Order: sequence, then structure tokens, then C-alpha cells
Amino acid sequence: MTKLAEWLFGISVVGALWGVVTFDLLGLRLPAAWQEVAWPMPVYLLVAFGCYSLATVGYRVATFNDCEEAARELQEQIQEARVDLRRKGLRF
Amino acid sequence: RFCTSNMASRRSSEKSRTGTDKYSVLLPTYNERENLPLIVWLLVKYFGESECNYEIIIIDDGSPDGTLEMADQLQKIYGSDKILLRPRAKKLGLGTAYIHGIQHATGNYIIIMDADLSHHPKFIPEFIRKQKEGNYDLVSGTRYKGDGGVYGWDLRRKLISRGANFVTQVLLRPGASDLTGSFRLYKKEVLERLVEKCVSKGYVFQMEMIVRARQLGYTIGEVPISFVDRVYGESKLGGNEIVSFLKGLLTLFATT
Ligand SMILES: Nc1nc2c(ncn2[C@@H]2O[C@H](COP(=O)(O)OP(=O)(O)OP(=O)(O)O)[C@@H](O)[C@H]2O)c(=O)[nH]1
Ligand SMILES: [Mg+2]
Repeated sequence: MTKLAEWLFGISVVGALWGVVTFDLLGLRLPAAWQEVAWPMPVYLLVAFGCYSLATVGYRVATFNDCEEAARELQEQIQEARVDLRRKGLRF
Repeated sequence: RFCTSNMASRRSSEKSRTGTDKYSVLLPTYNERENLPLIVWLLVKYFGESECNYEIIIIDDGSPDGTLEMADQLQKIYGSDKILLRPRAKKLGLGTAYIHGIQHATGNYIIIMDADLSHHPKFIPEFIRKQKEGNYDLVSGTRYKGDGGVYGWDLRRKLISRGANFVTQVLLRPGASDLTGSFRLYKKEVLERLVEKCVSKGYVFQMEMIVRARQLGYTIGEVPISFVDRVYGESKLGGNEIVSFLKGLLTLFATT
């Protein structure tokens, strides 16, 4: 199953459940409170997911390591390499 | 010393290290005259310290800046058993450069890295240790985990990178944290199989390799790396990177 199919499958299952509860498709005579909670659920979920995404990406951008030390080490090694390679006869 | 664990056999046959692992490093270059000697020097340094058996395969695509002449000099310095030149006449792209390199590799493991010094050879011993630890089919460097990170990126670039990575993780759930990085170690036969299967170009190629690896049931290990933006030379992958990335992502989403 492709990822696309997995997503479509997941969305259909959730959508079907939502329809069953909100519109009482199967005539289960569910409590009215359930329906009230269920009908705006898709919007809640979307908003919640949006917030989660923004928070996650924001946090990861803020905590993205700046490798100052690695850059400095590399610069030193470049100098060292130049000296050594020249001694070995390399023409740059 | 993970490459010399078998001390007895090593002493008895110092020259022919049969039975031990060999690592082939593929270095595709295009206009890397300034970076090439430095990256080779670093590779020799860290492989020397780790005492692993290795070779460096330089695949130059007819760089006009004389990268190949530089490679020639390096081969004279370090020997033609360590430095192999497998140039091509003109710029044919990164994907085919890897295929070309693999065909000439004699190691049972292959390390793929950029020659522009953004991938530091000091991590290779860690890759090797990681690979042995779990007998992983491939080990991928990651900028997004642990001590991994970047240098020389502004906020905008970090945001794009993290954003693209998040979307990809949500859509593909690939089981690896860094999909577009290209600093990786593969078992040779695994890389051969993957390269055969992968069709995309550019960044998406690296992403497809990991996604297909997961799909084929290969195991993936990860090592945090620091990615230092290239100091010398120009970036070759520019322009409408984001558009082609999204296209590639959606293609993988629909087909894998
Ligand atoms: N043989 C060969 N090597 C290439 C080609 N294009 C790029 N390369 C090399 O592949 C590696 C990665 O390319 P880069 O230009 O660094 O791509 P990048 O890392 O996405 O971009 P920057 O680091 O920002 O420039 C470098 O070692 C290049 O020299 C090509 O067409 N043929
Ligand atoms: Mg680069």
C-alpha cells in the first residue's frame, strides 16, 4: 500500500466514524451529547494539528544546533592540511 | 580499534588483510579544486587513525577548474591503491556519478559524501562503529538529532530545512531523521540494489534512497553530524530547489 493509499484509508475510516456519530447513520440512537461533541471535531483536529506543526517546527528551528566549534576545528585542520600537503609536494 | 579486532590474523598476514572489511569512499567532484586536497587529507588522516582498509574513488565530471589535475597530484602523493581516479568527460550529474563509482569500488562497504568539506571525515569512524554495532544495512548521518547541527545557515534556511523535514516525516514516515543529507555508509550490495531502484534526481534522490531502503526492509542506523556549509567554490544545486523537492516528495508519497 502506498503512503497515499494509507492516508486515504485512514481518512475514510475516521470520516466514516464521524458520520456515524454525527448523523447517526446506523440509527444507534447515541446520546445527544456525543453528537454535539462530534460534529465540530474535524475542525478541532485540524486546528490542533496546525498548532502542533507550528510548535514543533518552531521549536526545532530554535534548537537547531549551530556548530561553531566544528567550523573552527575545520578551519584549523585546513591550515594544517595545507602545510602538510605542501611539504609532500602538492602544488595548490 | 574496530577495524583490527582480529589481531591474530592481522599479525600473521599483515599484507593481505583478507577477511577484513574494506571501505570505498565515493567522492563526486565538480569544480572542487580547492576542496579536494583538503578532504582527501582529512580522509587519509581519519582512516589512518582507525586502521581501516579503504580506498578513495574520485569521480570528476570534466571540471573546468582543473580538479582532475589536482586529483592526479594527490594520487602521486598517496598512491594509486588509495586514490582511484574514475573521471568522466562531461557533467552527467550526481546520480550517475554514484553508479559509475560503485562499478569501480572494490570495498564491501561504500561511503558516499560530498567533496565540499560540508561532510567531515571525522564522523566516518563513528559510522563504521555504528554499522558494526547493529549490523545495519546503511548508516545515515543526521543533522537533526542529538549533537547534529549546521553551521553558516541563517534563520530562513533553517526554517525551510526544518519545515521540509517535518512535512516529509508526516507524509512518508520514513524511519530516519535526515532524508536529504548525502553523508551515508552502505553495504555494497544494498547500495547497488537501491541505486537500481531509484529514479529521482538531486535532493530527492537521497530521500528516495532512504524511503526505498525502508520499503525493502533494510535496517538504518543514524549518526549525528555537524554540517558546515561549503567554504570554497560555488553551490551547484540552486534555482527552483523547493519546487522540485515538493514534486519529488509528492511523487514518493503517491508511489511508495
Ligand atoms: N561528478 C559530479 N559531481 C558533482 C556534480 N554535481 C555536483 N557534484 C559534486 O557533488 C557534491 C555535492 O554537490 P554540491 O554542489 O555541494 O551540492 P549541495 O551540497 O546541495 O550544495 P552546496 O553545498 O550549497 O553547494 C560536491 O562534491 C560536488 O562537487 C556532477 O554533475 N558530477
Ligand atoms: Mg554541498
